[in-house]
Amino acid sequence: MEWLTETKIPLGQWISSLMDALNEHADFVFYTVSDVLEFIIENTIDFLVWLPALLIIAVFGALAAVLHKSWKLTAFTVLSLLLVVNLGYWEETMETLALVIYATLFCMLIGVPLGVASAHRPWLHQAMRPVLDLMQTIPTFVYLIPTLILFGLGVVPGLISTVIFAIAAPIRLTHLGISNTPKSLLEAGESFGCTPRQLLFKVELPSAMPSIMAGLTQCIMLSLSMVVIAALVGADGLGKPVVRALNTVNIAQGFEAGLAIVILAIVLDRICRRDHKEKSGQ
Amino acid sequence: MSNAVEFDKIDVIFGNRQAESLELLDQGKTREEIAAATNNVLGVADVSFDVPEGEICVLMGLSGSGKSSLLRCVNGLNAVSRGSLRVRAGEDMVDVTSCNPTTLRNLRRKNVAMVFQQFALFPWRTVEDNVGFGLELGGMGPLERREIVREKLALVGLDKWANKYAHELSGGMQQRVGLARAFATDAPILLMDEPFSALDPLIRNRLQDELLDLQEKLNKTILFVSHDLDEAMKLGNSIAIMEGGYVVQHGTPEDIALRPANEYVADFVAHMNPVNILRGRAIMHRLDSDQKSGNTEFLLEDANIRVTLQDGVVRSANNGERGELKLINYDGTLPDELDATDNSIVFVAQEDVLLKDLIEMRSITQNPVILTRDGKVTGTLGRKEFFDSLTQTASVAD
Repeated sequence: MEWLTETKIPLGQWISSLMDALNEHADFVFYTVSDVLEFIIENTIDFLVWLPALLIIAVFGALAAVLHKSWKLTAFTVLSLLLVVNLGYWEETMETLALVIYATLFCMLIGVPLGVASAHRPWLHQAMRPVLDLMQTIPTFVYLIPTLILFGLGVVPGLISTVIFAIAAPIRLTHLGISNTPKSLLEAGESFGCTPRQLLFKVELPSAMPSIMAGLTQCIMLSLSMVVIAALVGADGLGKPVVRALNTVNIAQGFEAGLAIVILAIVLDRICRRDHKEKSGQ
Repeated sequence: MSNAVEFDKIDVIFGNRQAESLELLDQGKTREEIAAATNNVLGVADVSFDVPEGEICVLMGLSGSGKSSLLRCVNGLNAVSRGSLRVRAGEDMVDVTSCNPTTLRNLRRKNVAMVFQQFALFPWRTVEDNVGFGLELGGMGPLERREIVREKLALVGLDKWANKYAHELSGGMQQRVGLARAFATDAPILLMDEPFSALDPLIRNRLQDELLDLQEKLNKTILFVSHDLDEAMKLGNSIAIMEGGYVVQHGTPEDIALRPANEYVADFVAHMNPVNILRGRAIMHRLDSDQKSGNTEFLLEDANIRVTLQDGVVRSANNGERGELKLINYDGTLPDELDATDNSIVFVAQEDVLLKDLIEMRSITQNPVILTRDGKVTGTLGRKEFFDSLTQTASVAD
C-alpha cells in the first residue's frame, strides 16, 4: 500500500493554485461583477423595504386571487405574511425575497437556453450530465470557500452559490420538457413549414412550458433552501437570524426565523405552481 | 390533365447504411434479409406512379406496408433514399428529394398540407389559433388570418367553437379542426395519414361523406392513407395497394375489385362488400358505337326489348307482348309508388350508379337497366352482367 500513498496527487493543491491565479490576475473581473450585482440587489432590497409592507402583502394576495381564484389561498397568503410582519422579520424577508428573485432569474436565464441546447444536441446532454450531478451533490461549503475568495463577503457569493446549487433543476426540467415534445406535434409543425426557430418558439417551448414552470418553482424552493448557507458568507436575509440563533443557542429566535422562511417558501410555491386543471386547460 | 405528384422509382430506407441496403435491395433481397444484414428497415421500394391534379389517390395496405412512409416523403417528413419525387408548386414541379430547405419550406407552407391520424392539434392553442397556424408561420397578420380561419371553420361546421381548446372537443370535431388547419393555407395538395382511423365507425363514415362533399367544392389533390379497403373504395379515384414497401397494384377501385393483381390484394377484396363499390360502368355490357350513335334501335336480348334511340338518348322501349314500356330515370332514389315488382318498366341510370342501387332496381323489375353518360346511352346491364359481377368478386374471395 505504501506505493499508493507515497506520492499524493496534489488535486487540492491544483484547485487552490487555480483559485490563487484567478484571484491574482483576474480579480478585477470578479470584483466588477460583484460590485454590479451587489449594487442591483441592494437597490432592489432598499426598494422592497421602502414599500409599505401592507402594499406588498396586498400584491401577493391579489396574485393568489387572480392566478388561482381561490379565497383559501388568498386568505392564507395574507394572514401568514401578516404574521411575519408581526414577528418582526419583514425586512429580512424582503432581503431573502430579493436574493431568491435574482437567483431564480439567473438560473432561468442560463438554465432554459442550456436545457434547450442540450435537448437538441445529445453530445451536449452527455457532457453536461456529470457536471450537473456534481453541482447538485457537491457539499455547498466546498464551493462556498472559492466563491468567497473571488467575490468577497456579502450577498454576491451567496447568490453565486445559490445559482450553482439551483440551476440544475431548470436545466434538467427544460431538457425533459423539450425532449418530451410529442413527435406528432413536431411533425405537424414541420409539415406546415416551420423554420427551426419557429419550431422552437411555436411548438417545442409551448409544449415544454408546464415542465419549465415546474423547473421555475423548484428553482425557487432550492434557492430558499440556500438562505442559511448564503447567510454564512454575509448575505442579508432570514438566514442571518438563524445563524445567529445557532451561535447563541437561541431556540426562540431560530424557530421564528425558520417559520418565516417556511412561510415565504409556501407562499411562493403556491402562487407559482399551476394546478392540474389549469395545465390541461392550457 | 397535369400531375400533382409524380413518384419516380422511389426507395426509402430507414437507417444509416443506406448505400449498402440499396445494394441489397437491387440484388432482390427482401425487407427481412436487408434488416438482418444491415439493421436498416426498408420502408418503400421501387414506387413509380403519378397522381393527377384533382384526384383522390388512396395508399392502402396493412400496417408496415410502407403506405405512411411513402406519404411522408411527399412533404419531406421522410427522406427519400433514391429516386425522384416531384410535387407541383404552381406551374413548376419541385423535386423534394433534392430541393433546398427554403424551397421545401415554401412547398409546405403553400402547396402541401397534412392531416394526421392522431389529429396533432396544439393543446395550448385554441381551435382558431390551431387553424391559423400555417398562415401564422407565413407571417400573415392576425386580422387577415382571423377572417380566413373563420371561413375555413365554417367550411367544416365548427365556426361556433373557435375559442375552445382542442381537448374540449370530441374526436370527430378535433379531426375537423385538423382538416380546417390543412385547408387554411389553400394548399392544393392534401396529405391525409389515416385521418379517420382513430374515430368510431359512425363518425368515420360521416367524415368520409363530408370529405367527399368538400372535395366537390375545393377540388384538391388528395393522397389518403388507409388500411380499410371499403374506405379506399369509397373515397379513391385511384388506389395504390402496398405490400412490404412495394406497390403491388395501382388502379381504379373497379380494377382492384374485379382484377386483383395477387393473393394479397385478393385477400383484401374478399373482405370487402362489392355492392357498395362496384359501379355500373365496370360491369355493364358496353354497346358498340354504331349501336348507340344517332337514331338507331337495339335489342335487349335476354328480355326481348327493343330500345329506340334518338341522338343517342333513349326515346322508347318496346316489348312484343306488353307493348310500350315505361321509362324511369333513376336519380338516386326509387319513386315511392314503386314497391311491388313491375315488369312494365325499364330503368335508365347514370353509368356510375352503384351496384347496390342496381340491385334495388332489379328487385322491382326483371328488365335490364340502361346506363347512360351525360344522357347518352353507353351500355346495358342484364341478368348475365349482374351475376357475373357478383360471382367474379366472389371467386376472388375463394
